[in-house]
Amino acid sequence: MQQFTPQQFTLTIQSGKNRFGEQEGFESIEIRPGDTLSIVGPTGSGKSALINDIENLAQGDSVTGRRILINGEEPPESFVREPAFKPISLITQNTRCLADLSVEAFMLMHIRARRPGREDLLDETINLANTFTGEEISLKSRMSGLSGGQTRALMIADALVIGDTPILLLDEIENAGIFKDRVIQSLQGGNKAVILVTHDPYLALTASRRIVMKHGGVSSVIEPTGQEQHLIEDLAIVEDRLHQIREKIRMGAAFSSGSSKVLMTAAAQGLQFNRV
Amino acid sequence: MKLLIIAGPPSGGKTAVIRQVIKNLPEGSLPAFLKIDVVHATEDQELAEEFDIPVKKIYSGDVCPDHMGILVLDDALHWAESISRNILIIESAGLCLRCTPYTTYSLGIAVVSAISGTNSPFKMAPLLALADVAVVTKTDLVSQAEKEVFRESIRKVVPNIDIVETNAIQGTGLRYLMRRIADQPDIGPEPIVLRGAPPLGVCTICIGKKEIGWKNHFGVIRPLDMPEPLYRGD
Ligand SMILES: Nc1nc2c(ncn2[C@@H]2O[C@H](COP(=O)(O)OP(=O)(O)OP(=O)(O)O)[C@@H](O)[C@H]2O)c(=O)[nH]1
Ligand SMILES: [Mg+2]
Ligand SMILES: [Zn+2]
Ligand SMILES: [Zn+2]
Repeated sequence: MQQFTPQQFTLTIQSGKNRFGEQEGFESIEIRPGDTLSIVGPTGSGKSALINDIENLAQGDSVTGRRILINGEEPPESFVREPAFKPISLITQNTRCLADLSVEAFMLMHIRARRPGREDLLDETINLANTFTGEEISLKSRMSGLSGGQTRALMIADALVIGDTPILLLDEIENAGIFKDRVIQSLQGGNKAVILVTHDPYLALTASRRIVMKHGGVSSVIEPTGQEQHLIEDLAIVEDRLHQIREKIRMGAAFSSGSSKVLMTAAAQGLQFNRV
Repeated sequence: MKLLIIAGPPSGGKTAVIRQVIKNLPEGSLPAFLKIDVVHATEDQELAEEFDIPVKKIYSGDVCPDHMGILVLDDALHWAESISRNILIIESAGLCLRCTPYTTYSLGIAVVSAISGTNSPFKMAPLLALADVAVVTKTDLVSQAEKEVFRESIRKVVPNIDIVETNAIQGTGLRYLMRRIADQPDIGPEPIVLRGAPPLGVCTICIGKKEIGWKNHFGVIRPLDMPEPLYRGD
């Protein structure tokens, strides 16, 4: 049922206009399997709108006027309208599911929409979801009763296993009470193009390109030249320290005034970064 | 004259969709708007102010608003014609989920919100089954998976219906609806009739008698353990 061999897949974003009617700061962005792009910018700068343009395969008919091409052409209507043909999975910020169904019934219906005949994917999806969350999800749970973290974990697993599309869009996955590292690891596995909105400095910088948003439009696209490598390494250390402190706090530790100075500065730096 | 009949449960997003439709109508379109509601509606004034178009409103009171809509449709078409309009947009109250207000020569648009629950399409099967297009609103409030599951449950009720998903506040995805509207032919020469056979609200409760118990009523009535309703009176 998969419609694409990822090797021959290109998604092109053609620029539109920002809130002031000014042309965006790029002409077109080409995205291929294996690429990761981060989207950064302040709240209200148009990050989700960009993600939505891609998901809807906009053809100049959204507020931004962007056009999204697949393999250089306007995609057929079925790519937009029929989940079974849609080459894009989107994981939104919504961490609540309103469907009045059990996890099992919900997933089976989604399989029917996306991958008819592949009911065998159900267990794989739940198992993967359970590696992303510490609170076990069972098939009998009600969708509407899942916690934010469980819903997120399930939606990511759903996108990876049931969607299994060449393009994956993620809108701020880091705020959701999931094991971020494991998710990132799974994302990088499948030769997919991953486009993620993020406030997390480490995720933003490690992406192969960084799209910067301002006033509802893309203001620039940064292609790292290797000069940020030092910063990334520093951030990795900060992340690691933060992780350690977080774990200690979780286990009930108290800190004396003489706690490692390095640790404190690193943590302070990290907190600053996280608070964008 | 083109006729658009927009139906769907309360607060599902009918007016939000109509706003987008009016904004994006093909050039040369001259819309008129009629709102049918039971006791309270303000969209006539809102749309008149926002788009400077002729509007009308009718309250159905004790009568099923869809029945009322059918009763006044002919007059409404004459009204729109008399003021040289070429597209009449009717928004139903959508309180009666058994009735379907769509007629021949109209584009029947059912508006349902993605947050109304996975089973809601089953509960309003007639409203969907006889529509030409189902517009699913509020997709911005659910995950992609949930949106696709909702689509699947509509498909279970009406396998081949044209489904258009939208964030009606922004108007995303409505290009497919606008294409249907552009392609919609003018009203033809035959008399306009209802597409479905509506359930009739014909009992004395309909006209305001408040007593409980079928023995106190006439018209189409039903005792608890009788399998079918029966007619009482003359
Ligand atoms: N987030 C979001 N809100 C929506 C959407 N569509 C409608 N709404 C909101 O939902 C509420 C009800 O929408 P209306 O368009 O008034 O619904 P309606 O079907 O016309 O309601 P009645 O005519 O009163 O039965 C309003 O507050 C709208 O702004 C949507 O796609 N997304
Ligand atoms: Mg309304
Ligand atoms: Zn009725
Ligand atoms: Zn009655």
